[in-house]
Amino acid sequence: MLASLLIVFREVLEAGLIVGIVMAATKGVAGRSSWILLGIGGGVAGACLVALFAGTLSDAMAGAGQEVFNAAVLAVAVVMLGWHNIWMARHGRQLAQQMAEMGTSVAAGRKSLLALAVVVAIAILREGSEVVLFLYGIAASSAEGPFALLIGGALGIALGGLVAWLLYRGLLTIPTKRLFSVTNWMIALLAAGMAGQAAVYLARVDVVPSWGDALWDTSAFLPDNGIVGQALHALVGYSDRPMGVQLVVWLTVLVALVVLGRMLAPRPRTPGTAVSARPVGETH
Amino acid sequence: MPRLNVALLLLVLGALPAYAADPAADPVRLTLKDHRFVPDQITVPAGERFKIEVVNEDDTPEEFESHDLKVEKIVTAGGKITLSVGPLKPGTYRFVGEYHEDTATGTIVAAETPTKE
Repeated sequence: MLASLLIVFREVLEAGLIVGIVMAATKGVAGRSSWILLGIGGGVAGACLVALFAGTLSDAMAGAGQEVFNAAVLAVAVVMLGWHNIWMARHGRQLAQQMAEMGTSVAAGRKSLLALAVVVAIAILREGSEVVLFLYGIAASSAEGPFALLIGGALGIALGGLVAWLLYRGLLTIPTKRLFSVTNWMIALLAAGMAGQAAVYLARVDVVPSWGDALWDTSAFLPDNGIVGQALHALVGYSDRPMGVQLVVWLTVLVALVVLGRMLAPRPRTPGTAVSARPVGETH
Repeated sequence: MPRLNVALLLLVLGALPAYAADPAADPVRLTLKDHRFVPDQITVPAGERFKIEVVNEDDTPEEFESHDLKVEKIVTAGGKITLSVGPLKPGTYRFVGEYHEDTATGTIVAAETPTKE
């Protein structure tokens, strides 16, 4: 039971951290719960589909189907995260201001909810399909008591959910004014990590060159299969033996998001917004 | 930061031709049976890219996983996958079947080839 709990927990952990960040990044946006639930539901359904067609997927594109599929869904998530960040760079300050003034949820910010719901769905689809295959394997093999193993799996899912909730609650202790700049950084790092991971998938099937298989090796102090290393892997794309192409893509996406965010941040007074007559950009 | 990025890109671009793959090379073959790898130890030349083929003869899916090689790939029941790995530095690299980690384990030894260096 403990073994299956650990396996499932480790898969759910990464998706859970992403959901926690998305929850914090959408704090105060009206209707976000239903969008995020939609993302979770879509992710679970997608995970089952991917698991069902794992064989077909694996054989597709001369055996490179799994990698190309993973890289493609990661790329979609990166685009969605990037889009959210740029949107927040343009509107985040007004959003925070409005929330502070009204103390309630606001309608603004709904646009980026769809993007983030897609990110949640993708995170769950990726990790979830492995959980589904694992649990299916247990259920299919009549050997050692499948019940205990399935209970372990359920506990693993619950534990992963708990981590997501804890991260979310932790982020909410940040004052609203600064919360979005923190979540923006976290989302930029998330996007960079996912982009790097997509590059690794493509390098494995020789679609892109690896540019060196291990630029450094920190697996002795912080292995990325340990719980801390794995959490860092999910949050910022940490790898104990990164590929050259992974680091290049990671840096490129991070720099691009930061630079774009800066460039697109509004001047102190933005025309066409019905939010506040007061200038809201003084802190910059 | 951007300048560093460009410098790095140029650096790695320069190293690119060193890692040309040889798609014609025969893959190393691993078979999964009763949640064990056969063979459970293989030796490959260090510094060369190579392919591993994993055939799953069990009736449940497995996930071929190696943190040392940064590989993670589902092998369906009765299915077969191929992976490109390396070039590896000399050393020992562990791999497992993640769904049956207590039995499905093995190692790849990347051995120095005197003529290469």
